Amino acid sequence: MPGDLRHPWPAASWETLGFWEGCGRGELVLQRCRDCGAVQHPPRGVCGQCLGAGISHFVASGRGRVHTFTVTWQNQIEPFRSACPYVLAWVEIDEGPRILTNIVGCDPGRVRIGMPVEVDFARPEGQGEEDLAVPRFRPR
Amino acid sequence: MSLSGKVAIVGVHEHETRRAPDKGEKQIMAECARAALADCGLSKSDVDGLFAASMSLGIMGVVEVAEYLDLEPRYLDGTNIGGSSFVAHVSHAAAAIEAGLCEVALILYGSTAASKAMAIGTGMGGGSRDPGRAFVAPFGLTTVGSYALVAKLHMERYGTRPEELAEIAVATRSHAALNPHALLRDPITVEDVLASRIISDPLHLLDCCIITDGGGAVVLTSTERARDLARPPVRVLGCGEAVRHQGSGRPDLLDIAARQSGEQALGMAGVSHREIDFCTIYDSFTITVLLTLEALGFCKPGEGGAFVSGGRIALGGELPVNPDGGGLSSNHPGMRGIFLVIEAVRQLRGECGPRQVEGAEVGLVHGTGGSLGLLHSGATLVLGRD
Ligand SMILES: [Zn+2]
Repeated sequence: MPGDLRHPWPAASWETLGFWEGCGRGELVLQRCRDCGAVQHPPRGVCGQCLGAGISHFVASGRGRVHTFTVTWQNQIEPFRSACPYVLAWVEIDEGPRILTNIVGCDPGRVRIGMPVEVDFARPEGQGEEDLAVPRFRPR
Repeated sequence: MSLSGKVAIVGVHEHETRRAPDKGEKQIMAECARAALADCGLSKSDVDGLFAASMSLGIMGVVEVAEYLDLEPRYLDGTNIGGSSFVAHVSHAAAAIEAGLCEVALILYGSTAASKAMAIGTGMGGGSRDPGRAFVAPFGLTTVGSYALVAKLHMERYGTRPEELAEIAVATRSHAALNPHALLRDPITVEDVLASRIISDPLHLLDCCIITDGGGAVVLTSTERARDLARPPVRVLGCGEAVRHQGSGRPDLLDIAARQSGEQALGMAGVSHREIDFCTIYDSFTITVLLTLEALGFCKPGEGGAFVSGGRIALGGELPVNPDGGGLSSNHPGMRGIFLVIEAVRQLRGECGPRQVEGAEVGLVHGTGGSLGLLHSGATLVLGRD
């Protein structure tokens, strides 16, 4: 089981810290533009659609479906090397955006495109003062 | 006023090395420059436009290359959009020459990726201090993995089979067998590809390009001046560039940059698909070729698997692709775009011996840079005999 998949500490900036801190609280936080209504991910300091500065944040459902995936059998870099085979995926979350992530909590051979999944947070490795987490997804 | 046909590629050189632990990147570039200038009969003092990119050239990269070559050109371009960079350099050079900003453009690439044991395909998924990479790095995305995500989606949507992807590796290897400089020359079968180990499902080891050292150089000038030089000019008939990325979070992973750049290049050239005699297409992975052929319009989306089967893209087939053996079998020092240009030029000059595409008059070049499943650039050229 790839439940022992470990994650390097994500490098956060002022533009993205809100996302990672949200994960630390167990919330998948997305951005919505106050001007045009676009929902975007990854987070940024402006709206990618209209370049407006009025960015608001909301807690998404954390539910979605596997858009596509691959079972990775070779990665020469730790901690992924010892986690092979692990599942890398694009998950389309119910609020719209797709997020690059891992599928955990099931045998890699059982993962299918279209499979319903929900978010599952894990504390990353490495040093950092903040209470951050990394969003993976598991079957629901 | 169109750029089409105004500028020509007059000199090319592909470094013969596949492994050069004793050489530096700029040294490889310089050796290629010397040979490409000799190819067309121009000299270093004729060069007044310099273009360069590599895996390690940084912020002052092309300026450092100028110093290494002791050149003081009046036009510089260090565009680096990944492996497609050199294909884009050709169109930038054509525009600069046509605009009178330079007369003789030299494009250079050098790499010692293999000697430095760079894990290009499966080693770049580790931690990073770059916040922009933070949405990739924690999840172990490899280069192979990013293309595998696209291959999986194509299979799901269209029923494309691993056997069809394998056909691309088999055809490409059959070409490499005819290229004395290719790294891998032993014939392979579809069964061999399917029996090779999975790197990132559904891509096998033999669906992936090799890693070598190498380099190349390309020289361009106006078509008018080209006609007085040593080799038959190969004219730049059309060009285009495009990018695809995550945008705000909803990438259509199967809508790749080649659709847009190809449409522009073919439109500028005024050439139909039936007039294209062969293609050189960036083959980082077999899926890259399949998706590119679809996006360029040689077949409909979803029909790529059938299109590449039955020897259609092998020499002697309807549309030979990568007659030099490509990145899958000949060489891949990390950024392969320059070899796509060099092989296309040599085919159009008719100097390719046993791997020559008979009667080649028009060729299409398409480079992909970056990762199809994440963000990438595309650059297309249509090249033709004068
Ligand atoms: Zn907006």
